[in-house]
Amino acid sequence: MPVPDVKERYSGSVNQVTIGATAEQGGSRTSTVTIGGETGLPMLSFEADYPHPPAFALEVNTAGADDWHGEVRKHVSDVADDVEKWAAQCEEWGADLVMLDLTAAHPDRGSRSPQECADDVKRVLGATGLPLIVWGTDVNDVDNNVLPKCTQAAAGENCLFGTAKDDNYRTLAASCLADSHKIIAEAPSDINLSKQLHILLRDVGVGLKDIVMHPTCGALGFGMVYIYTTIERGRVAALSGDALMQTPVVVNLGKEIGRVKEAVSPADENPQWGDLAARALLWEAATAICYVQAGTELLIMRNPEALQQAKAAIERIWPQPGADS
Amino acid sequence: MFVIGERINGMFTEVRKAVESRDKGAIQRLAQRQLAAGADALDVNVGPTRGKAVDNMLWLIEAVQEVTHAPICVDTPKFDVMEAAVRACRNPTIMNSTKASPAELDRFVPLAVETGCRLIALTIDETGVPRDVDGRVTMGATIVTKAMEHGLAMTDLFIDPVILPVNVAPKQPAAVMGAINQLKLISDPAPMFVLGLSNVSQNCKERSLLSRIYLAMCIGAGLNAAIMDALDEELMQAAITAEVLLEKQLYCDDYIAAYMSSR
Repeated sequence: MPVPDVKERYSGSVNQVTIGATAEQGGSRTSTVTIGGETGLPMLSFEADYPHPPAFALEVNTAGADDWHGEVRKHVSDVADDVEKWAAQCEEWGADLVMLDLTAAHPDRGSRSPQECADDVKRVLGATGLPLIVWGTDVNDVDNNVLPKCTQAAAGENCLFGTAKDDNYRTLAASCLADSHKIIAEAPSDINLSKQLHILLRDVGVGLKDIVMHPTCGALGFGMVYIYTTIERGRVAALSGDALMQTPVVVNLGKEIGRVKEAVSPADENPQWGDLAARALLWEAATAICYVQAGTELLIMRNPEALQQAKAAIERIWPQPGADS
Repeated sequence: MFVIGERINGMFTEVRKAVESRDKGAIQRLAQRQLAAGADALDVNVGPTRGKAVDNMLWLIEAVQEVTHAPICVDTPKFDVMEAAVRACRNPTIMNSTKASPAELDRFVPLAVETGCRLIALTIDETGVPRDVDGRVTMGATIVTKAMEHGLAMTDLFIDPVILPVNVAPKQPAAVMGAINQLKLISDPAPMFVLGLSNVSQNCKERSLLSRIYLAMCIGAGLNAAIMDALDEELMQAAITAEVLLEKQLYCDDYIAAYMSSR
């Protein structure tokens, strides 16, 4: 009796999105990163193609790392007062991209001016050849003043800017269109809102192939399952042909790890949990690996050692082209 | 929902005139209008046109193929016309249709397998249309058995449980839904189900409303496809909405626009 063919064949695939531009492409990056292109659910090499492995970014924060958890801060404390040094160090640590978080522009964190933020962007671009992600403050009015200056400062570099939300997307969309950047569409763990936001962005002229979606993020043990299922359901829709859901996924997970008790509680508080340094590192690495298995293409992390571990683990299990099919 | 546009049919005066005067542009405009309105495939039926049926069918198919790669649903009961047509089709092809009698199935199913076409099979045999659920299920089982015997995949087989006008056969709409339900239960994998939808409201006053509500009810019962008027905007919207309510499409506030632009 023949073995039945149980392979799933989907009509859709995930869009391929490239971040960064080299000198020939009008920018100054020494490398670019392309994500997406999968034709099936993650890690099923016998039935789908995976042209690009997931990409890993490290966070550089304009407000420094004073409020970061000690186990992560200890890695970056030497460079945390200088975004240039920090960004250059990310390259050393093995990141594929740098994510510049503009926290210092937040009203509670110093209200750094739009021009100063734009200068930060320029300095980071000068300090590293990696492609750049720029993340706003999540305060709509601030973002609408700061981000347009930053997209201008990075014109030609094909960065990824975020985030656009359903109640605040027009300004960032217009800026990204004007300065040719990719855009992050953020809908908190809401797949229907995510789809709607993609329609709204398309209606103001943003190409669906220039969008990366951010379903927001919860760390392992802190709501990760909700985001996991959101990503998975969206991916099934995408593969089934829903063009509006075919955008790749970014998850900004580094900042979430510090919220989980198991990742931050000292060893003398919970001796049965073991060494804190190893726990904090593993918590971030394991969270990243789980998100890759959900279908995430771009991961933003804080702990450089966790990034290295997650990257190495994914390299070991990532389907090689033509391995089984 | 797989929507097969019904308008290229010689029963419509404009189509009959276009075929008889070989007005390709009129057919091509009708093809493109239906596709733009949401049709996934186009039914092509020469109807009561003058001239040889096979010549008219081949001319219609060529006219459609010049402007689209969309699947063509070759609509004829005559085997010789069907065979000539499917061999002339470059677009993906659906044979519409065969009856459920074994002798007919033994001719049409092998042709579908040989030419790589999908096939619509009606629950009609020499005794006519069954009056109840059981009759349809029996014929449906015959169709599935014959398809498996000849090697036609269930994903390539559409069963049409044949709907009759509600004004002359009021028990039939419920019987058709019952048959879809039962046939889905007894066959694994199940075939696809299609209806010539407009028949339900033939000669009724509220045609559009009847077709629209019945389509939504049938989608709920498991209908996968319909040969229908894709140019009826409210009918298309009912189909899309029914699929959203069954979570076959992902909801968002502008789900109609999302569906139309996602195709």
